[in-house]
Amino acid sequence: MDMTITEKIMAFHAQKGKVFPGEILNVRVDIALGNDITAPIAIKEFYHMGVDKVFDKMRVVLVPDHFCPNKDIKSAEQVKMLRDFARKFGITHFYEVGEMGVEHSLLPEQGVVTSGDLVIGADSHTCTYGAIGAFSTGVGSTDLAAAMATGEVWLRVPESIKFIYEGELRPWVSGKDLILYTIGNIGVDGALYKAMEFCGPVIDKLPISSRLTMANMAIEAGGKSGIIVPDDITKDYVEKRSERPPKYFVSDPNAQYSEVRKYDVSKIEPQVAFPHLPENTKGISQVGDIKIDQVVLGSCTNGLLDDLRVAAKVISGKKVARNIRMIVIPATPKVYMDAMKEGLLEVFMEAGAAISTPTCGPCLGGHMGILAEGERCVATTNRNFVGRMGHPKSEVYLSNPAVAAASAVTGKISGPDEL
Amino acid sequence: MKISGKVWKFGDDVDTDVIIPARYLNTSDPQELARHCMEDADPSFSKKVSAGDIIVAGKNFGCGSSREHAPISIKASGIACVIASSFARIFFRNAFNTGLPIFECKDASLKIMEGDEISIDFESGLIENLTRNEQYKAQPIPKFMQELLSEGGLVNYVKRKMKK
Repeated sequence: MDMTITEKIMAFHAQKGKVFPGEILNVRVDIALGNDITAPIAIKEFYHMGVDKVFDKMRVVLVPDHFCPNKDIKSAEQVKMLRDFARKFGITHFYEVGEMGVEHSLLPEQGVVTSGDLVIGADSHTCTYGAIGAFSTGVGSTDLAAAMATGEVWLRVPESIKFIYEGELRPWVSGKDLILYTIGNIGVDGALYKAMEFCGPVIDKLPISSRLTMANMAIEAGGKSGIIVPDDITKDYVEKRSERPPKYFVSDPNAQYSEVRKYDVSKIEPQVAFPHLPENTKGISQVGDIKIDQVVLGSCTNGLLDDLRVAAKVISGKKVARNIRMIVIPATPKVYMDAMKEGLLEVFMEAGAAISTPTCGPCLGGHMGILAEGERCVATTNRNFVGRMGHPKSEVYLSNPAVAAASAVTGKISGPDEL
Repeated sequence: MKISGKVWKFGDDVDTDVIIPARYLNTSDPQELARHCMEDADPSFSKKVSAGDIIVAGKNFGCGSSREHAPISIKASGIACVIASSFARIFFRNAFNTGLPIFECKDASLKIMEGDEISIDFESGLIENLTRNEQYKAQPIPKFMQELLSEGGLVNYVKRKMKK
């Protein structure tokens, strides 16, 4: 019987021939991930379980990226818990500041996750790795603790929704706009408990960076996972870097989907999600006159080299508007280094932007760009909830990197064509 | 087990940033987290809430981040149970794993108002609105999760498994 890529990956990790949506499975995990916010609770629970070793010291991954470099004493204590745990159990993938990057950008880049993997992470944006044909999903700290101990997790096989993207992309439209448009269309619980499978001729041509952005935001539609069937673009990306051999699963022609949605992308312009939900999307032409105070370019959604390139192209030779702060956060040390070698950092600094070391930082209102009462920010991040980037009365508008850069120049939400 | 308590009502899509803002995530101490529970929706919530009270909300409760601090802060604030028309999936798992009872019930979510006195029977899922003389039936807890609960939660389940 035909299966979706999601069902196949789950069946493989449960050592079953066939699985059905709704079925609950105990599956083997390839990677179990935690960060400086979620791992401290997982470590406490791990000790409560009375376990004296992790299931595999190569497959437990700890990335202190949220409040790092440590923003205060309490954050430093949390990171110290991770560091001590990593040393005690010989965890190979613990990333100290200097090699640390935003987890969901770092793991694919370093080949820690690969195609065909089943990954769980105590971070909701763990769904990012679906971009390279892995099944990956967010869990909480206790689930992470159990997975660190047993190498297994219980999961319900999700129904899949197929999203087909057709037509020609308009200028400045990227994966960010496609996923924001999709979330605007189905709502923040439109894919609740479900796997979102992205496909069609537009996806076939989409670079890995844009695919990562799309899978990353599946959670913003309530999705359990986002996934793209691996193709030559995927293979070219993973085979250069994977620590373990990739496995390429595909969806069968008669696989079952709970829903199929088709989008003509030629009708989609750059999108902006208004406060305070990612579903509040508008095309850039419909935004109106919205003055801003800050721009953030970065995060696990849009902090890759391609994102920095687009923004640099827009802002090159121009200046960040007076009284506007623009904060650029390359997602990983490699992205930072590559951006430096390409001269992108120079472009940003010439324009008057500040460059930060990799961190999740302002995306979740941690540090490195917190908003005051009444302030507005255009961010390439993933959430615009109340208080997300600081004061409960501040506002976050989500956009792609080109719109973010253009807005920094004009001081109001703007498309690149307005410059 | 049957509990009864006073209702605090919230709307749709209550996200984990509202339940416990990230600025307080540099700790995992339940009591400290409880002091900031629901702060960005209602700054005085932690002062007003009494042990045994119940939260009733709309759809997609707990959407957003995977932070287990969210159910931990709700539980430590004294809330005995959350009823919503639907829950975001990571919050749903986390609530079970941290021992915060949750129930899905559209009817209850629509009809119960702030300040109502309600009771809920955890086994049958029957919700009684003592203020309005109404009854609603919550979705039964999935069988697999009932088994997990009867094992004493995920931590105990793993403990036993690892001893084998």
